[in-house]
Amino acid sequence: MTATSENLSMVETPGVAWRKQIRFALIGALSSAFIALAGMPVGLDGRSIIQPVLSMGFLSLLWVPFVLATIAGSEVVLEGMTARTRDSKDLLAGGIVGLGSAGGLVLLMVLIQNFNLRDPLVNWSPQLLNLLSFNRSLAVGGLLWVLLGLILGVFGGAMHVLPKKLCSRIRTVVLSVFAVSVLETFLTDLLEGFRLEVLTDFVYYKRGGLEVGGALLVAALALLIPLLVGTRIRDVKKQVVDLPAEERKRVNLILLAVSAALLLVLPFFLGKIANELLANVGLFVLLALGLNVVVGLAGILDLGYVAFFAVGGYTTAVLTSPNSPGFSPELPWPIALIVVVVLTGIVGLFIGAPVIRMRGDYLAIVTLGFGEIIRLLFLSDWLSGWFGGAQGITNIPGVDVGIGTVKGTDPRSVFLLVLVFCAIAIYVSWRLENSRLGRAWMAIREDEDVAEAMGVNTTNTKLMAFVVGAVLASFSGAIFSAKVGSIFPTSFLMLVSIIILVVVIVGGMGNIAGVIVGALVLIGVLGGPKQPGLLQEFSQFKLLIYGALLVWMMLKRPEGLVPNVRRTRELHQDEFLQDAWLKGEIDTGDQEELS
Amino acid sequence: MNNPAVPLLELRDVNTHYGAVHILKDVDLAIYPGELVCLLGGNASGKSTTLKTLLGMVTPTTGEVVLDGEVVTHQSTSYRVERGATMVPENRRLFKRLSVRENLELGAYLRTDRDGIANDLERIFELFPRVKERINQKSGTLSGGEQQMVAMGRALMSNPRVLLMDEPSMGLAPALVQANFELIQQIHEEGVAIFMVEQNANMALSIADRGWVLQTGRVVLDDSAEALLANPDLRASYLGEAGQG
Ligand SMILES: Nc1ncnc2c1ncn2[C@@H]1O[C@H](COP(=O)(O)OP(=O)(O)OP(=O)(O)O)[C@@H](O)[C@H]1O
Ligand SMILES: [Mg+2]
Repeated sequence: MTATSENLSMVETPGVAWRKQIRFALIGALSSAFIALAGMPVGLDGRSIIQPVLSMGFLSLLWVPFVLATIAGSEVVLEGMTARTRDSKDLLAGGIVGLGSAGGLVLLMVLIQNFNLRDPLVNWSPQLLNLLSFNRSLAVGGLLWVLLGLILGVFGGAMHVLPKKLCSRIRTVVLSVFAVSVLETFLTDLLEGFRLEVLTDFVYYKRGGLEVGGALLVAALALLIPLLVGTRIRDVKKQVVDLPAEERKRVNLILLAVSAALLLVLPFFLGKIANELLANVGLFVLLALGLNVVVGLAGILDLGYVAFFAVGGYTTAVLTSPNSPGFSPELPWPIALIVVVVLTGIVGLFIGAPVIRMRGDYLAIVTLGFGEIIRLLFLSDWLSGWFGGAQGITNIPGVDVGIGTVKGTDPRSVFLLVLVFCAIAIYVSWRLENSRLGRAWMAIREDEDVAEAMGVNTTNTKLMAFVVGAVLASFSGAIFSAKVGSIFPTSFLMLVSIIILVVVIVGGMGNIAGVIVGALVLIGVLGGPKQPGLLQEFSQFKLLIYGALLVWMMLKRPEGLVPNVRRTRELHQDEFLQDAWLKGEIDTGDQEELS
Repeated sequence: MNNPAVPLLELRDVNTHYGAVHILKDVDLAIYPGELVCLLGGNASGKSTTLKTLLGMVTPTTGEVVLDGEVVTHQSTSYRVERGATMVPENRRLFKRLSVRENLELGAYLRTDRDGIANDLERIFELFPRVKERINQKSGTLSGGEQQMVAMGRALMSNPRVLLMDEPSMGLAPALVQANFELIQQIHEEGVAIFMVEQNANMALSIADRGWVLQTGRVVLDDSAEALLANPDLRASYLGEAGQG
């Protein structure tokens, strides 16, 4: 074992992989051209990041050379090997990737000028050409892109040459500026809440985006703050970790209480748009937590999950709205909610019962079908006497909570209500995951037959997953109904199921924190199926990005954004095994005695 | 071994079908408390099916399954596990993405006696010290031998009176097979009745009390282990050419 390690430690990772650089240059060219033709530069030009120098449109192209050059330059260093010292060749390598990316755009510009392919490609337009050439001639524009690509590519390559610390500083600065710009709605609300309009006016341009001065200020802060408090935070963290278990528990509880209190006052600082957005995110957190139980824990790939959201929403509408065409008891929302939960749970049983006898792909297809069937039932003429068909049910009252009414025109109240239900859902998920039932779900996910042999009643356990998932979705549906005030079958398209599934997958299946982060990032920034996110201009590219993210996630990080330790071990098993083998932790076993 | 009159687990005149295909034909067998018995037979002779029928993962078309004097033919698997039968499945089949500890805990899924569970965990650690070392490792990354230990430990966690094992030596390196049989004997000495399905007839019969031979779903031989070892037909068909072993 020692001999092996020593042998390896003499191995240096080989020099720059030129072939790989060329491959990435080509990928860069194709990606840039694709993004341009997908219409991002033109469509996102209106969204300013830094006024007037950088718009989201340009950013959609600019990240390509930088990021691809960085990825192309990264090299795997196995344990026991020494990393090669990076030199100017790496800058050149990055430059090649950058040039490739720019080359794709230049070629596209030349083609647009000389041929007309407008017919199949809507974005094959003079407008795109103008934008790409910075409103100058093609030669000037092309030259500028070559320069930009080269600089950004070299810069991307430099991320491996510059000291690690400097790189991470640069990354913090760039991401902070971007984040502060994207989070404009939130930050202006917050700053105004503290009477700091002066600051907002300085940082933000009045029609969106950062002022140059503001961007510089943010950059400076992003550089300085970690310098000033970075080590202090680390010290405090270390102190907390060193505390005896009991006290650490108390510190954690206090932290939890403080963050809960902050979350509860947050809505009062935020304006309508921000509260509305967070309320939507919350509705999807509820849905995603529910689907996470079904898919992440029990391993049942339910593609028709929107059905339970719909049943929850429609039941609430029927029970509370005076305009409900059939039965209209006009119950108050809290009482209706009890009925909604019970009824959706029963629907969960009914849909689950035939479905759980199937496995894998059949199950996925059948649930997909059920999802659509439920929507079509609500849409049908046959049941329109109950659910209003395409006209839906309108005039759904808000939620009377004594001190006021939660209704859509007051997004703050909706967000508060959603927060309460999210807290419940998080607590329930967390308790379930660590319960006997949770373990039975995981056993079924891993190997259904063996779970049965261990005495797990697989039928009932899987049905429970369906019911818990359905109930969490019904919370979301009930709030959605009261929030929007009217309900139509078009709110429950199959797309909703898919988007919730993407949130769960991107967040890391089976991982509560990950699912919440996934919902915040995807629904909050990009937007939900119909709900706008922070980057409203993205709505036309939403599905493209959701799809791309999903593919990338599956390829590169199968465990999701916030990986679950357990899944990470599984999915990066090769690396794990390699590490363990090199450390001498794993033996072949064959020659060993058993006991 | 002590052979009290009441069998622990019994098949009475059982016929099992998969769809229209007749797999087990008039199978009669009984396992008594504290016995170590083995079921031999060629590929596709119905050995695994016998085991699944015993544990209720397959329901026989006719005949009865009797567990400790009670007819359980139409009871669920979990009902039978609760009453002291359990199995180590073919190829071990651990819950690969769960840790060793979680695998063991799932073995005790139906139990509620916390103290008893903790005791049994200690007992398994004594039996397999390696399992204790690997307790937090994900079971899918264990070596084959270690997986076998966890699979046996998992089954023992239900505190069974009878343990059904489907080809426990399958896929193990030759050096491990011997050690594995010793372990099975060790478990047996703790008083657990063992019903073992094996292809490795020589080795299995060397530790078993009695055995059956299954041929296309029919029990063709039912005898003591010594008698089976000496049986010329069996030697010819399962134990390889004479003179071996
Ligand atoms: N679920 C099933 N559906 C249909 N046929 C099955 C099923 N399971 C097993 N069989 C068939 O039943 C027969 C007996 O299978 P069984 O698994 O009991 O054999 P076995 O004796 O354990 O064989 P091996 O030694 O190869 O494990 C085989 O012909 C098999 O193809
Ligand atoms: Mg078999």
